[in-house]
Amino acid sequence: MKEFEPKIVAFCCNWCAYAGADQAGLSRIQYAPNVRIVRMMCSGRLDPMFVLEAFKSGADGVLVAGCHTPGDCHYLSGNFKAERRVLLLKRLLEQMGIEPERLRIEWVSASEGAKFAQVVNELTQKIRELGPNPLKGAFSNSSQNR
Amino acid sequence: MIFVMTEEKPRIGVFLCRCGGNISDFVDLEKVKEKISKIDGVVTVEIDDHWCSAPAGQKIKDSIKKNKLNRVIIAACTINMHQEHFQELLEEAGLNPYLLERVNVREQGSWVHRDNMEAATQKEIDLVKGGIFRARCLTPLTPIREKVSRNVVVIGGGITGIIASLELAAGGYHVYTVEKSPTIGGRMAKFSKVFPSLDCASCILTPKMAAMESSKNITLLTYSEVQEVSGSPGNYKVKILRKPRYVDESKCIGCGDCTQVCPVKVPDEWNSGLNKRGAIYISFPEAVPRVATVDEANCLYIKHSKPGKPVCGKCIEACKADAIDFKMKPETIEIEAGAIIVAVGSEVFDARQKPELGYGIYPNVITNMEFERLTNSDGPTKGELVNPVTGKPPKTVAFIQCVGSRDEKFNPYCCRIGCTASLKHAVYIKDFISKDIDIYICYNDMRTVGKGFEEFYRRARDLGVKFIRGIPSEIKQKPDGSLVFNVFDATTDTLFEVNADMVVLAAGLIPPKDVEKIRETLKISKGPDGFLLEAHEKLRPVETLTDGIFVAGTCLGPMDIHDATAEGMAAASKVMGFLAAGEIVREPIIAKVDEDLCSGCRMCISVCPYDAIEMKEREEGKVVSSVNELMCKGCGLCASTCPSGAITVQNFTDEQLRSQVKGILVEL
Repeated sequence: MKEFEPKIVAFCCNWCAYAGADQAGLSRIQYAPNVRIVRMMCSGRLDPMFVLEAFKSGADGVLVAGCHTPGDCHYLSGNFKAERRVLLLKRLLEQMGIEPERLRIEWVSASEGAKFAQVVNELTQKIRELGPNPLKGAFSNSSQNR
Repeated sequence: MIFVMTEEKPRIGVFLCRCGGNISDFVDLEKVKEKISKIDGVVTVEIDDHWCSAPAGQKIKDSIKKNKLNRVIIAACTINMHQEHFQELLEEAGLNPYLLERVNVREQGSWVHRDNMEAATQKEIDLVKGGIFRARCLTPLTPIREKVSRNVVVIGGGITGIIASLELAAGGYHVYTVEKSPTIGGRMAKFSKVFPSLDCASCILTPKMAAMESSKNITLLTYSEVQEVSGSPGNYKVKILRKPRYVDESKCIGCGDCTQVCPVKVPDEWNSGLNKRGAIYISFPEAVPRVATVDEANCLYIKHSKPGKPVCGKCIEACKADAIDFKMKPETIEIEAGAIIVAVGSEVFDARQKPELGYGIYPNVITNMEFERLTNSDGPTKGELVNPVTGKPPKTVAFIQCVGSRDEKFNPYCCRIGCTASLKHAVYIKDFISKDIDIYICYNDMRTVGKGFEEFYRRARDLGVKFIRGIPSEIKQKPDGSLVFNVFDATTDTLFEVNADMVVLAAGLIPPKDVEKIRETLKISKGPDGFLLEAHEKLRPVETLTDGIFVAGTCLGPMDIHDATAEGMAAASKVMGFLAAGEIVREPIIAKVDEDLCSGCRMCISVCPYDAIEMKEREEGKVVSSVNELMCKGCGLCASTCPSGAITVQNFTDEQLRSQVKGILVEL
């Protein structure tokens, strides 16, 4: 059997984290190939439903990445809103039987390519230890390929 | 322009880019093509070397027409590259530009997973699947057009800010130049000569400073600081604090009588503290505006006067123009501006942080900035280079390079100006003072990159300047006050003892102290070195990621006057390009309310950072949220907060983002 390779969805804000991931690319920093980025204008755009959708669809982990608190958010305070939501979501996930460590929020600036890579490596390692998403396969995939 | 309506079934074209091997060397694109071709809605999958090239662009347009595509996916580099170009291609082929989906498979894929083709290929498949699922939910959008202000705020009155302001003024824009010091001119105004021509710095700079004062299109706001910036690109509102100088600018004639009678004596920062000034002072004779300023921290009148019992007040008596006004209060003004140029400059590394070199301990160890002042005819010695210990001209001068620069403990970067500046000082001594003064330059590498700079280095060698490849670890003082150090020369493999009666430290440049305040006010990123970060290091050197906010000069990193001037001009030209049409086109990424779903709970109002949402009466008894398009910036806080799902953000709708997540994770 093939070794378990986690799939992680990363919600990145346009201004800091997405640009930070670009910086990692420009610097050719090599990191775990397990993350798939979804771009949003602000980490505060994160609707809790997006995270639940990811776990429901079989993601093994979710990363939310935005601009550094307190002052870096392009939209003043969106990063704080995202952080509050993630804290609440972790409690909700626990009740649903999903380990809260599968969800992580981090601040990555546009110049922190190395930090982006490090966060991805750490989260991938953590999820390797936790194993696959316990909900995987609990929902039918049949209607998804519309 | 014809827009295809999107009610019809999605017909998706996927364009996979090889990026000249940047992607295809690390990702099996044929396998990606095979996998994604099967997805419902995908009509064609095409591969090319460079989709950004003109011939490939034609292929995309042809494919849109031939295959009747109504969605286009380009899987290539980051969305921060070529987005406008690809949007234009869609428009030219008759498709709405917002039916384009970009998938970043280079920065996020091939460049970061070079040793694992299988995983990189799977990642690209997943990312493209996400793009396909998201693309199905895209809708045509119309960009927002907004009128813009023709005012520009330039923050910083150094050479970069001066050049940018003059260029904009010549282009017919009204410029507000904000400078925190009492005079414009910046660091360049303190220089004696400039390299490599050894022109006098003032002769180049002061005419520009005078032009700033006389231009009808420039409002000079010296002794002022930007406090707050709000509004949106094209229509910023800039709050500026005008600090009280206790001298009426409109009355002061700059005679300097007040500065003569002031009994206070404090170190003169303009001359690096090498002499004293009064508490009322004019920085230097060519100051613009040539107006006195009271230093409130040191003025006896301000510090000690009590109601009815004034203390000192000698300047008031001396002023024939009746310009001194101790009742002056700080004042805040607000200016509307279409664009802002940040040119706040840099500071010089404090050589006291390297006590082994003796700066701040031995008076005859000076910095390169102090050397400038000691050789400047406006300086404390009227331009005569003297040894601060003996008061006589030096016989031997040693220069130490890379002070604080190329140093892992302080600044890892090269200061870019230190080598040529020390060469300038050495040649100055030989040319203008005496050929008999011995000069040593202790260096790591001679980095004289610039037009004519290498030739300048040759000239210094020909003049007999001695070069030692090595940096001393400690400078000591001898009983007679002169200095001595040991230095190992790597080119001759020899340990030298150098005796000098003066040592000049080539201190590098560092980010300005208040850089964090500027960053937070204007939302500009910074690099690992602490300097401000441009939007793209090569292609967008004076832009930031925010439209209408530009950066230039040494706040981006160390550079010489030539480069700072070029950047000032570049920023001015970018501003003119941005504002020239009188209106700007904004991305329609803004919040939209579905009034049928809105319950009127007002939670969106409480989270909006820009007060862009208000309630409006829809019908009798029913109030709903309403978004002000001009104020909304599209962050989406309201959309993720709304408990009724009534607000969404165009181009980032719940449906689009959730579909993208599903698409990434769906197994084929």
